[in-house]
Amino acid sequence: MSILMLLTMAVELGADRVAVTAGDEQLTYGELLDRSRALGAQLREQGADNAALLDLNTAAFPVALFGAAAAGVPLAPLNYRLADERLTEAVGRLSPVAVYQGPGVSSRVAVGAADALLPTTALLGAPPAGTELPDDLADPESPAVLLFTSGTTGTPKIAILRHRHLFSYVTSTVEFGHAGPEEAIMVSVPNYHIAGISSVLGSVFAGRRIVQLPSFSPEAWVDTAAREQVTHAMVVPTMLARILDVLEERGETLPALRHLSYGGGRMPVPVVERAVGMLPHVDLVNAYGLTETSSTVTILGPQDHRDAIASSDPVVRARLGSVGRPVPSIELEIRDHDGRVLGPGEIGEVFVRGEQVAGEYTSHTAVADDGWYATRDQGHVDTDGFLFLRGRADDIIVRGGENISPEEVEDVLVSHPAVAAAAVVGVPDEEWGERVEAVIVLERGAADPSAELTGWVRERLRSTRVPSAVHLRDELPFNETGKLLRRVVREELSRVGVPS
Amino acid sequence: MKVGKRLKSTVCSTNVVVVRAADVALSCGGAPVVEDLAGEPSGDVAPGLDGGTLLGKRYLHEASGLEVMCVQAGAGSLSVDGVVLEVKAAKSLPASD
Repeated sequence: MSILMLLTMAVELGADRVAVTAGDEQLTYGELLDRSRALGAQLREQGADNAALLDLNTAAFPVALFGAAAAGVPLAPLNYRLADERLTEAVGRLSPVAVYQGPGVSSRVAVGAADALLPTTALLGAPPAGTELPDDLADPESPAVLLFTSGTTGTPKIAILRHRHLFSYVTSTVEFGHAGPEEAIMVSVPNYHIAGISSVLGSVFAGRRIVQLPSFSPEAWVDTAAREQVTHAMVVPTMLARILDVLEERGETLPALRHLSYGGGRMPVPVVERAVGMLPHVDLVNAYGLTETSSTVTILGPQDHRDAIASSDPVVRARLGSVGRPVPSIELEIRDHDGRVLGPGEIGEVFVRGEQVAGEYTSHTAVADDGWYATRDQGHVDTDGFLFLRGRADDIIVRGGENISPEEVEDVLVSHPAVAAAAVVGVPDEEWGERVEAVIVLERGAADPSAELTGWVRERLRSTRVPSAVHLRDELPFNETGKLLRRVVREELSRVGVPS
Repeated sequence: MKVGKRLKSTVCSTNVVVVRAADVALSCGGAPVVEDLAGEPSGDVAPGLDGGTLLGKRYLHEASGLEVMCVQAGAGSLSVDGVVLEVKAAKSLPASD
């Protein structure tokens, strides 16, 4: 069993149906399988331990993903935005490796004597006649995908996702062949992000045409959605606000679009409300997951969104800021520092267990013997099991022994009409251990509200949450998939003598 | 029998993958399934066990919890101790990625 089986099954639904569209390139399910098998033969001949891809989102990505599986070697999609030296280091860690580089990527990677550097055009042509195409060689236990973690400190870790994890994730969350013939999903998350991978696997299994967006810009996203009559899409938080801006400017409503999922970072509730208002015909889905869990572990579905928007009950209304409930194949618990399982409303660390949970790196495994995986995310569940995230365990501010979640304070700051965005961090403090400080970005044309913001927070939260300083900035540091980099803010504010 | 294991019918083209393991003997078309994927099917599908399998469907043996997914369809029915496995109702999870 391997992820290649997801594709061989999809071919049975009709080999001539279009599987992937990427600009002018197009592959049917039959062509995708042929090219994947041809790559499998090629990789076996090369004798590489790993395959790596350095490419924008093109038709080469699904070929590389399934082709590596056909050869029984893992694919490592690399971040083409990394500096050349970092990429060369990454390739060194994968050696002996066959690296496929797309024409849209200008990186200069040095490969070793045991490695191969090849153009992705080698993946896309029809296999020459007489090519021996291997069957599915992969063992369920063998690695299917290697993903470099963002590596905010020190050397990036390499997360391992085995065939059984990805296969289990896809087959337990997607019903085989259920997509209608008109359905098309746009993949705009990069292929070195778990959602870019799971989206391709899940869509193939559903029989939904994949539209690859080579590189995200809100204009390209809207153009492609309209041109390709895209029905489904997944975006990260920073993308959605920019997409809504473009839609508003153009008066575009994307009538074909009916399903929009978001995840990969914290989505501000005002942006969700704006999306609901501007795209009333679109079902919204919020998903929470990690690389180490093969993507989604909880879902806030379309009906949950509608219920929350329509409700006057504050508990139900608050669910617009929730990441929903666990998918059926996942168990979830909130635990305190001592491992005690917490009840509704109590904040602790999120633990998950299930067949899709890998929790493993080339260096070590982070899954306990009983299968539970500590996500390092803080959160709580409400009485109906809806999960609310409260940030990374590493971001929690400890002020005088009290744990303070930065999101709680950020939410209150952003609710002020003059504040467009906020980041709250703990800054080393002689008296308290850490003190709360905030960085804010103003709404366009708004007057500086700094003087009244402490009062604004004090009226809404306990006094320990009130920032001791509020700093104005033009923008906040986000990574490219929409995660707020509080670490960067913390480092800046921790330097002595930062002007506010 | 292990999760992820692929099993094959000896009397029809059915192939399944174990989704949830259980300590029971699975048959297809009346004959025990095998782990060896090589070889062509031979023999006859037993009468009463000829309802067939459908690609992509999950089959459940309620008594033991055994669950398999059909990855290649065939003419035989899946059974444990003569009890035909039921098709597990599809969940309607919204696409999340």
